[in-house]
Amino acid sequence: MKITVEFSGGAELLFNNKKSHDVDLPDKDTNWTIANLLLWIKDNLLQERPELFLQDNSVRPGILVLVNDTDWELLGCLDYKIEPRDKIIFISTLHGG
Amino acid sequence: MPSKCSAKCGRNAVLKRPKTGDSLCKECFFEAFENEVHFTVTKAKLFKPNTTVAIGASGGKDSTVLAYVLKLLNEKYDYKLKLFLLSIDEGITGYRDDSLDTVKQNRDDYDIPLKILSYKDLYGWTMDEIVAEIGRKNNCTFCGVFRRQALDRGANLLKVDYLATGHNADDIAETVLMNILRGDVARLSRCTSIITDSGDGIPRVKPLKYCYEKEIVMYAYFRKLVYFSTECVFAPNAYRGHARILLKDLEKIDPAVIMNIIHSGETMKVSEHSKMPTLTKCTRCGYVSSQEICKACVLLEGLNKGLPRLGIGKSSKVKRILEENEKLKGASCNGEDNKCLCSGNDLKPSKFNDLKI
Repeated sequence: MKITVEFSGGAELLFNNKKSHDVDLPDKDTNWTIANLLLWIKDNLLQERPELFLQDNSVRPGILVLVNDTDWELLGCLDYKIEPRDKIIFISTLHGG
Repeated sequence: MPSKCSAKCGRNAVLKRPKTGDSLCKECFFEAFENEVHFTVTKAKLFKPNTTVAIGASGGKDSTVLAYVLKLLNEKYDYKLKLFLLSIDEGITGYRDDSLDTVKQNRDDYDIPLKILSYKDLYGWTMDEIVAEIGRKNNCTFCGVFRRQALDRGANLLKVDYLATGHNADDIAETVLMNILRGDVARLSRCTSIITDSGDGIPRVKPLKYCYEKEIVMYAYFRKLVYFSTECVFAPNAYRGHARILLKDLEKIDPAVIMNIIHSGETMKVSEHSKMPTLTKCTRCGYVSSQEICKACVLLEGLNKGLPRLGIGKSSKVKRILEENEKLKGASCNGEDNKCLCSGNDLKPSKFNDLKI
């Protein structure tokens, strides 16, 4: 399943400073959720210091998640079922202003 | 299925507001966010008409959103304010170089004039040079103390009526926590004020005081505002980071904690029996201080005398060292170096005379 994953607000620093990643998630029997995606990102995209991105099987508090430009808090957060061509954005708010 | 906007406009919601729990669409969110800043500005009577306001601009999300919203509200509600961007270049290679480009972008995008002042100009030292002396453990003390005064000095030089900074609700709640953790009652009692005075008569105001960080970032994202977001390369050891992590963990349990902490800070009253430092003016540079010599001047003296740890520890120890230095005065200093403070000369380099805008 092809989707786009983006990192910004400083989160891209943990991903080789690359903001946009076109990824092809391997087929599996059950639905892909954001919870699964986070583990996949950890194993396949994350370059360094996983503790700055993940905490207790979710994103670290202070990192915002949008699915197709909608706050994931309106979509069930970790349980959201990913659809083909979804654009999932992680924005860190943890950097200086 | 996406949920509908709580404002019943019929559109799909795009975010859940941490402050109210409402689900709002983009348009209703913009309106709510801007209206709340307008409400904060008018309720606290932050600005008088026909005045000039310097916006402390770092190129980060907060000051970018502040500049954008203030310009918008100034036009929409006819505040009659003349706005300026004021940036401080701390001299951190790879950090400010890029963020200053962002501020220049803000200047062009929002058509607001910009002034940049550097630590090198103001203090004779860049942060890179300071880190080389002090190491990475206490460098944020220097940067923070110098930055606070740098904005004040900048506002003074530009002869503005107000200095507006992008401090948001999360920042203020963090500061309340920090002051509690440190037992700093004097700062605790003033850190929630929306208007403060640094002794030079230029009020410092915080129009985003009640705006959640999440909403500021969402606002910037949906408005497609350009901001800069690389962590300060020296920041990982900053004490504030611990308070921030604690606050973010608490916010996850209940977003209301941020407003609740601010509310607690605002309504807390210091016992009449507690000993509070009286604010006075620094005998060297004239800025407001609780000590005879302000923290910035103590830190500078330490740097210039090769005692960079001076000012990191207790103020009683500092006083003793300064007195010893005073006895040696004249013996070791030729007074030619404008970094030297022992002559008590004004720190302002003369080239700022032509800085008026």
